[in-house]
Amino acid sequence: MYQYDQTDHTLTRERVTEYRDQVSRRLDGNISEDDFRPLRLKNGLYMQLHAYMLRVGIPYGMMSSDQLRMLAYIGRKYDKGYGHFTTRQNLQYNWPTLEDTPDILENLASVEMNAIQTSGNVNRNVTSDPLAGVAPDELEDPRPYAEIIRQFLTLHPEFSWLPRKFKVAITGAEDDRAAINVHDIGLKLLKNEAGETGFRVLVGGGLGRSPFIGKVIREFLPKDDLIRYIQAILRVYNMEGRRDNMFKARIKILVHELGIEKFASLVEEEFQASEEDVLFLGQAEEDRIKAFFAAPDYADLSDDSPEVIEMSSGNEAFAQWLERNVLAHKQAGYSIVNLSLKPLGGVPGDITSDQMDAVAGLADTFSFGQIRATHRQNLVLADVAKKDLPSLWQELVDLNLATPNLDRISDIICCPGMDYCSLATARSIPIAKRLSERFADLDTLLNIGEIRLNISGCINACGHHHVGHIGILGVEKNGEEFYQITLGGSSSEDADIGQIIGPAFSSEDIIDAVEKLVGIYISNREDDERFLDTYRRLGKAVFKEALYDAA
Amino acid sequence: MTLLKNGEIVEDTWRNLADDEDISGEESIIVSLDRWQNEPDKFNGRNGALGIRLESHQKPDAIADDVERFDLIALDFPVLPDGRAFSHGRLLRERYGFKGELRAVGKVIQDQLYFMQRCGFDAVELSEGEDVAKSIAALNAFTVAYQPAADDIIPAYKTRHDA
Amino acid sequence: MKMTLRMVTANRLHDGAVVYLAADDDWTRNVESGLAANTEDADKLMTTAEEAVHNQLIVAPYLIDVEVDVQSSRPVRPIRFREQIRAKGPTIFAPAAE
Ligand code: HEM
Ligand code: SF4
Repeated sequence: MYQYDQTDHTLTRERVTEYRDQVSRRLDGNISEDDFRPLRLKNGLYMQLHAYMLRVGIPYGMMSSDQLRMLAYIGRKYDKGYGHFTTRQNLQYNWPTLEDTPDILENLASVEMNAIQTSGNVNRNVTSDPLAGVAPDELEDPRPYAEIIRQFLTLHPEFSWLPRKFKVAITGAEDDRAAINVHDIGLKLLKNEAGETGFRVLVGGGLGRSPFIGKVIREFLPKDDLIRYIQAILRVYNMEGRRDNMFKARIKILVHELGIEKFASLVEEEFQASEEDVLFLGQAEEDRIKAFFAAPDYADLSDDSPEVIEMSSGNEAFAQWLERNVLAHKQAGYSIVNLSLKPLGGVPGDITSDQMDAVAGLADTFSFGQIRATHRQNLVLADVAKKDLPSLWQELVDLNLATPNLDRISDIICCPGMDYCSLATARSIPIAKRLSERFADLDTLLNIGEIRLNISGCINACGHHHVGHIGILGVEKNGEEFYQITLGGSSSEDADIGQIIGPAFSSEDIIDAVEKLVGIYISNREDDERFLDTYRRLGKAVFKEALYDAA
Repeated sequence: MTLLKNGEIVEDTWRNLADDEDISGEESIIVSLDRWQNEPDKFNGRNGALGIRLESHQKPDAIADDVERFDLIALDFPVLPDGRAFSHGRLLRERYGFKGELRAVGKVIQDQLYFMQRCGFDAVELSEGEDVAKSIAALNAFTVAYQPAADDIIPAYKTRHDA
Repeated sequence: MKMTLRMVTANRLHDGAVVYLAADDDWTRNVESGLAANTEDADKLMTTAEEAVHNQLIVAPYLIDVEVDVQSSRPVRPIRFREQIRAKGPTIFAPAAE
C-alpha cells in the first residue's frame, strides 16, 4: 500500500499544528463557534447528540496492521474502547473530547493517517473497491488512481470551500463494490479500442433527501486527463453550484437543474481552456505510486487445499462461512476473507479496540499485514492462503467476526441513527439488531440468499436506504418512531433508487413487515432469483398488495 | 481594519467609490462592476489608479478583456463558506493574466489566508478582530503542496522527481 | 402530579457532554438536577445560557420541554424521545460495555 514520503509527512504534521491552534483559539474564545465549525468539520470533528464525533479517513479502505493498532489504541485511550466503520471507508469515534482531538490527530499522523476533509464542504475521502488488486473481475487496480486523486484533492486551495460536500469513488472491476453510481463523481476504469487505459466518468449521483443516480459525462476519459478533468468539474461546481440553499447545494442538483448536456458543455469548455501540461503528473510519479500497489509476495500454491477440504467435510459452520464469507482470489491458492462486523444482535460496523488489535495480528499472520474496510461496513483480509483458512476461521470465531452473513439479510448497512446522531428522526441500530435476531435462523432455513438491507435514521440517507434492495428509513410521526420501506434499490451496476412501498410501519411492526416481504419473495421466486430480481420482475404492486392486504 | 500585502501590514490608499459618487479626481478608487459596465468610456484618460470590486456571484470573465485597465481587483468573500472567489482569483491570475493587486475583502480570517495566497491573492483585508501576527504567520502554515495553483509552490509530484 | 415546564440544554464545549442549566448558573450532567421554568422565565434561562456560550462553557443551547414533579418541582424527564436519549445515552449497548 501507499507509504508517506517526506512531503506527505510534512503536510500532515503541518495540518495538525494548524488544527491544534484552531482548537486552542476556540477554547480561549478567540474564534466563534460559527467560524470554528467549518474548520473542525474539515478535520473530521462533528458534534453529535452526546459528544463530539471524530471521523478518521481510511483512503480507499486500505490499512496496515500498525495503522489498525493505532486505531485500537486511540479507541482505548481517547474513546470508550470501540469505533464504528462507515459506508465510506472511514472510522468514527463517538466520544472524543475537543481538547483531545489535536493529540489524536498527532497519533494518527505518526502512522500516516489523518482526518483531513472527512467532513465539511470539501472533497471527502476517495473511496474504492475493497477488493481492489485481488478481485478476479478486475480490469486494472484502481488504487493508484485513487491515491493520485487523494493527493490532488487534499488541501486543495481552490476547492476547500465548496458549496457542499463532494465525494469521489472509483472502481476497476465489473462488479461495482464502490457504489460509484451514487457519488458526486464516479469513475470506472476501462480500456478503449486501442487498449489505452481511461475512465468512464459519472457525475451528479448522490443520496440524501433528493437521490440521484450519476449520469455519464464522459464515456472515455484518457487516464492522463484525469486530474485536469476533475479540476474542470470542481471549478464549474465551485462557481455555479447553488449557495443560497444548503439542501440544493450538491452537484447533483446543479447537474439536474442545468441538464447533463449543458453541464457537460460547461465542463468541457473549462477543461479545454485549462493548460494541458500543468496537471500532468508525469510517468515517473505515476510509476512511483503504482509501485506501492504491486502484488505481495505470493507463494506458489495449489488452488486445492487439503486442509480446507478436510475441514469443510466435517464442520458445517466452517463450510457455511467458507461458502458465504470467503471469495475467489485472482491468485491461485489464495482467498479473500470477509470479516463480518454484523454479529447476531450487534451494532453494524462497530468494532472494539481489542478486536482491532486481534485483527491486526491476524493480518500480520495471514494476510501480508493489510486490512481493508468495505462499503458495507465490514473488513477484509484480502490475501489469505487457502491452507490457512481453517486456522483463521477458528480465530475469527473466537473474536465473533465470523458470522456467515456476507451480502445476506443480516449484513445490514446501518447509520448511527438517533442513538448517536443529532440529525436523526428515529433510531436505526435497534432495528438492525432486531432484524438480525429475527433472521438468525430463517436466513438459512429459507435460503434467502443475497439481499441488501440498508437502514437510515433520517432522510440524509447515510445508511443508503435508497439503494437497498430493501431500504428502511426512520421517520417521526407524532413523537413516535416509524419506519418507511423502499424496495428495488441498488448501488451496484444495476443501480436504481428504491420505490416507497406504502405507509410507514411502527417500530413494533417493522420487523414483521420485513419478514412478510421476504415471504412474498420466497413464494414467488423463480430458480435462483435474488430478492431484487423477483421484485423487479413482479413490480411494486404485487409486493405492496401482499404486504398491506393481509395486515 | 488591517490590510496585509505580501505578508506585511500596509496602509490602505484605496477608497471604495459608491455608484453615485463622482469619478473625477486623482485618488485611487475601487468601483463596482455595474459602474464599470455601464460607463467604461468615462474612465478613459482618468488620472489616478483604478480598481474594481467583484461580488462573489460576479464571475471574472465579465472583465477578462479589461484586466490591464485595473491596478487592483478586489474579490468579495461575503461569508466564510462562500468559496467562489478562490476560483475567481486563480482565473484572473492564471487565465486572464492580471498582474496588479488582487485583494481579498469581506469575511477574511487567518484560516483562509494560505489558500488565498495560493489562489493568487497578494493582499487581504483582515476581518475585525483577527490577530495580525497570527495572520501573517498563517500565510506560511504549509510548506508543501500536492497541487499547482497561482503561486510558485512546486507541487509534490514535480519536486519528488526533480533531481 | 406532573406538569410540563421548560429547561435549557446544550453540549459542553471542551468535551461535548450533554448538560442542563442548573441553579446558580451552573451546568449539570443530570437532567433531574436542572432548573425548570415556565415559559416566561425560560427566556431568562436562555440569556444565562448565551452568556455561558460567550464564556466558552457550552455550545448551541436550546429549550426543551420536561416533565416536572409538582411536589418537588424537580424535572423528571424530557418530553421528546430525542431528548430522553440525550439525557440517558444510547439505547443500545456499546460493544465495549458488554
Ligand atoms: C453521525 C453523524 C453524521 C452526520 C451529522 C451526517 C450527516 C449527513 C448529512 C447531512 C448528509 C446529507 C448530505 C446531503 O444530502 O447533501 C449525509 C449523507 C451521507 N452520509 Fe452522513 N452523517 C453522519 C454519519 C454518517 C455515517 C456513520 C455514515 C456511514 C455509515 C455516513 C455516510 C453518509 C453517506 C454515504 C451519505 C449519503 C451519500 C451522499 O449523497 O453523500 N454518514 N450525512
Ligand atoms: S442518516 Fe440521518 S440519522 Fe443517520 S447518520 Fe445520517 S444524518 Fe444521522
